[in-house]
Amino acid sequence: MVNTTQPTADLTTAPAVKQIQDERLKEVSLLTKIMRRPELGALAGLILVTIFFLSTADSSMFSLAGVMNILSPAAQLGILAIAAALLMIGGEFDLSIGSMVAFTGLVFGSFITLTGWPLLLAIAATFVVAAVLGGLNGQIVIRTRLPSFIVTLAFLFILRGLSLVGLKWATGGSTQMRGIGAAANEDWVREIFSGNALEGLFAWLAANDLIAKFPNGTPTVTGVPVSILWFIGFALLATWVLLRTRAGNWIFAAGGDANAARNSGVPVDRVKTGLFMLTACAAALVAILTVLDAGSTDARRGFQKEFEAIIAAVIGGCLLTGGYGSAIGAFFGAIIFGMVSIGLTYTRFDSDWFQVFLGAMLLLAVLFNNFIRRKVTGER
Amino acid sequence: MDVQVPLIEVRNLVKHFGSVIALSGVSLSVHRGEVICLLGDNGAGKSTLIKTLAGVHKPTSGEFLVEGRPVFFNSPRDALDAGIATVYQDLAMIPLMSVTRNFFMGREPVKGVWPFRHVDFDHCDAVTREEMHKIGIDVRDPHQAVGTLSGGERQCVAIARAVYFGAKVLILDEPTSALGVAQTSMVLKYIHQVRQKGLGVIFITHNVRHAYAVGDRFTVLNRGKTLGTYAKSEIAIDELQNLMAGGKELQAVSEELGGMV
Repeated sequence: MVNTTQPTADLTTAPAVKQIQDERLKEVSLLTKIMRRPELGALAGLILVTIFFLSTADSSMFSLAGVMNILSPAAQLGILAIAAALLMIGGEFDLSIGSMVAFTGLVFGSFITLTGWPLLLAIAATFVVAAVLGGLNGQIVIRTRLPSFIVTLAFLFILRGLSLVGLKWATGGSTQMRGIGAAANEDWVREIFSGNALEGLFAWLAANDLIAKFPNGTPTVTGVPVSILWFIGFALLATWVLLRTRAGNWIFAAGGDANAARNSGVPVDRVKTGLFMLTACAAALVAILTVLDAGSTDARRGFQKEFEAIIAAVIGGCLLTGGYGSAIGAFFGAIIFGMVSIGLTYTRFDSDWFQVFLGAMLLLAVLFNNFIRRKVTGER
Repeated sequence: MDVQVPLIEVRNLVKHFGSVIALSGVSLSVHRGEVICLLGDNGAGKSTLIKTLAGVHKPTSGEFLVEGRPVFFNSPRDALDAGIATVYQDLAMIPLMSVTRNFFMGREPVKGVWPFRHVDFDHCDAVTREEMHKIGIDVRDPHQAVGTLSGGERQCVAIARAVYFGAKVLILDEPTSALGVAQTSMVLKYIHQVRQKGLGVIFITHNVRHAYAVGDRFTVLNRGKTLGTYAKSEIAIDELQNLMAGGKELQAVSEELGGMV
């Protein structure tokens, strides 16, 4: 039964064994390669939704102005969704994102109106506050080993409540803080965080009749809202980090199997804490962008954005169990969101169908993702 | 580099967990190019011993020498840096990630200067394909998820990873326990290959046949103690089996069942 010389003899026959396996593995087709992309579902969904609106909506929806209309809400949600996607791939949730938008909005507004700090300092300080809160979330999750779902659910309420209390305290009884826009100084920092960008390009395009313009020669769309550029930039950066860097591999590993990752030398706790800080900072970025544009902040800012962000991430291919997903998928997911929420007003449909659509889309995405995962990863 | 100095040597290793005595004086040594099999029934202390060697647990007392020098590990990372790589039963592999990403997990080679520093995945893919080829697993597509590999292939990927990253001692925690016959022979063959490269291997199993097929020496653990260490020439497979299972009881059962155990 036991033949101790057998291994040595078998080494020479190894190539023959390999040939057989060769044939079985050759079946990796282009289709499998495409299906292996987690963002496939989101891209397919975006195409379907686009076709739907192309056939039912007023044609002005897909004019330059219409596209900007769609992308503005998509950008705000998308910045949150991409961060939420990275965190989900890392195996955790953050339900406090929406409340974090309100709270960091209050913090930012207070730095501007109450302390009179210059804009750059106020923005930097807001990010620091957000990072500390995100880090706190992460440390509680890691040290207690409680599910992040429950810890951040607590923070959903804590931060929303603090926003209300803080606003009343800072404004003397109101839940809205005005005058932030007027108090913030006008300089290059403000250009980066509010208003439109690429105005020169759009003026030039209009002058050359490449885009629509008013009779007086100014373009109907004067530029790209900066939030859209932040959205696109963040999506590209997150995708690059996820797919091309060491940190990206660690995020996948931490979410795929934290224990296995730890045994292989991945600093799982640091990765997760970093991701919680990132989602909090993404919320702060959205708060700063929207507060500067509106000139005010209120306690309802970011309401239910945590759910929308997670839905966009799931539509983008993230698994609820972690370890799988993509940032560019969340990017598409957010655009689908913006397109449907804005697009329905261009159609004859009641825009309250939006929520029905949302739920249906989520369910479909989850089913589709599960199917694909089983197909691609050979899970049985 | 004296061949006579063991790669790893532990003497009278003791480990307590609160009031539970998991190890009460275990001695073990591994030399270059040697497969030492660690045998023992459930609860004998095999897992505690290897986790102590791998830096997961800290010994309560006893000597732990790596290449003749006393060491003290604070984390699995320290053990890895000292050249002790452990392939756990649950594999430390992530099924949803690609073969390449798993292979380089935690030790990704980077290139470029800081803000643009990134993992050289082309290089990683090439290395993965080549290392897999060496052990006779032809990974046509290193991007395929590890979940699509068979249990034996996964085990081999995990071992190949440890070898590639310069392990001097390989600790294999029941690598064959969940595998079929063909896959077991694939793994045993690979263990033999690793030994020929001059690595020391600690092979944990409770299958005496698997142990006898590749082992040079056998250390039997029972109730947290070493019952003894035997060279292959000193002991027959039946004796080993009896020793491991605590002798007489099994013999009695064996007779009752007509010598089938």
